[in-house]
Amino acid sequence: MRFTVRVWRQTGSEDAGRLVEYDVDDVSPDMSFLEMLDVLNERLTLRGEEPVAFDHDCREGICGMCGLTINGVAHGPRRATTTCQLHMREFTDGDTIVVEPWRAAPFPVVRDLVVDRGALDEVVRAGGYVSVSTGSAPEAHATPVARADADKAFESAACIGCGACVAACPNGSAMLFTAAKVTHLGRLPQGAPERDTRALDMLAAHDEAGFGGCTNTGECTAVCPKGIPLADIAQFNQDVLRASLRGAGGRPA
Amino acid sequence: MAVTGFILFFYVVAHMVGNLKIFFGETAFDSYARWLRAMGSAVLGESGVLWTIRIVLLVSVLLHMTAAIQLARRARAARPSGYRHRPPVQGGYAARTMRWGGVIIALFVIYHVLDLTVGWLNPHGVPEEPFLNVTSGFQQWWVVLIYTVAILALGLHVRHGVWSALRSLGTVRASHGPLARTVALVVAVALTAGYLSVPYAVLFGLVE
Ligand code: HEM
Ligand code: FES
Repeated sequence: MRFTVRVWRQTGSEDAGRLVEYDVDDVSPDMSFLEMLDVLNERLTLRGEEPVAFDHDCREGICGMCGLTINGVAHGPRRATTTCQLHMREFTDGDTIVVEPWRAAPFPVVRDLVVDRGALDEVVRAGGYVSVSTGSAPEAHATPVARADADKAFESAACIGCGACVAACPNGSAMLFTAAKVTHLGRLPQGAPERDTRALDMLAAHDEAGFGGCTNTGECTAVCPKGIPLADIAQFNQDVLRASLRGAGGRPA
Repeated sequence: MAVTGFILFFYVVAHMVGNLKIFFGETAFDSYARWLRAMGSAVLGESGVLWTIRIVLLVSVLLHMTAAIQLARRARAARPSGYRHRPPVQGGYAARTMRWGGVIIALFVIYHVLDLTVGWLNPHGVPEEPFLNVTSGFQQWWVVLIYTVAILALGLHVRHGVWSALRSLGTVRASHGPLARTVALVVAVALTAGYLSVPYAVLFGLVE
């Protein structure tokens, strides 16, 4: 297969950046999108040009490092699939493919397609944990968890923190990510003690990081590689509302 | 956003139902309008309740718009540099048109008040004779066009708004997602149809 790839090149946060066009031929339909970029980079290196910087790690859809905006869609055209798991057979021979980084103020571009997603860590730091007594590991059956709660928590726990929800949201909001954490932990008995403060603190950290406000457009869940449902945001809103009504003051940041 | 949206929503529903009085004829419609001014007059005096409603609506609209502007500002700040290539994607059309839809509705409401409440822009224009104001206006095709555009915009706005507000208030259990979507759709379609029925009935001579 042969593609015209228009890639965002940006040398650093000071550079304005631009799309640069490359022709990539001899691409196998079985290659992943990242492997196609590997091929491009090998050729750029041979020509003595700077290879395209992009993030990746596991290449098996679980680490959340590999987010790219492909033809305007976070993680590309295939639903519930990370960029590393996207195959070139999803495209048509001869296609022009535009590749851009996630675009959001809290995700500054480090170089080319690499962005700093540290803002998500700040949100997690504000409440994405449960308090446990240290010492020996608790007995596995000590805290029973209802099957329905376990399933729901697990569904939300599937979030890999890739940031596609932010990239896709017209408001640049990270509510789907934050809601997934809140729903995951709040649903489990282990996470119940901090349920109120978690919701308020994580929301405050989310807003403080410069993410936009959610208006339930649903763009996020459509591109989420793990299919986190929009209902998690309703659950998050419910937790926030309940915590506010109970007067559970969040911790000072 | 959700709370003020619901206040406006309940008003819009009541207003639509009230408009249907026109199908009962001139006397019924005009006496309904008089009743709106008379209601609660024992307690708050002539038009007292009406003015209370007007003030609540005005405050709601202002707060609703303030919240919308804040959201739009935050959104712009969160994405200072946009995508070079971005197809109209994934989510719903109604959700993507809330901001412009809201602006259209707001402009319409100003026109609408000048048309049928104050009467300045109405061909008949006698505030005490609402039936004749309505029927003379809707004999003009361009008046019907303005109302049609605004009502369709309102339908879309309510379609996403009701659903979104239910979620913002966290009242929707995960398993009720599709139900809430259907409820919002049915309500929006009923509202649109109810409002549209009046201008088209006049235009086609069903009410005269
Ligand atoms: C006066 C002009 C209006 C403006 C400028 C306006 C603007 C907006 C905007 C920008 C939003 C945010 C939507 C989003 O991005 O998701 C919104 C939401 C909403 N609007 Fe309006 N709107 C207006 C009138 C109305 C009316 C007449 C109603 C009543 C039917 C209404 C009901 C709602 C509801 C229920 C929401 C959803 C709130 C939420 O998401 O929690 N709006 N409006
Ligand atoms: S590289 Fe790990 S999820 Fe794609």
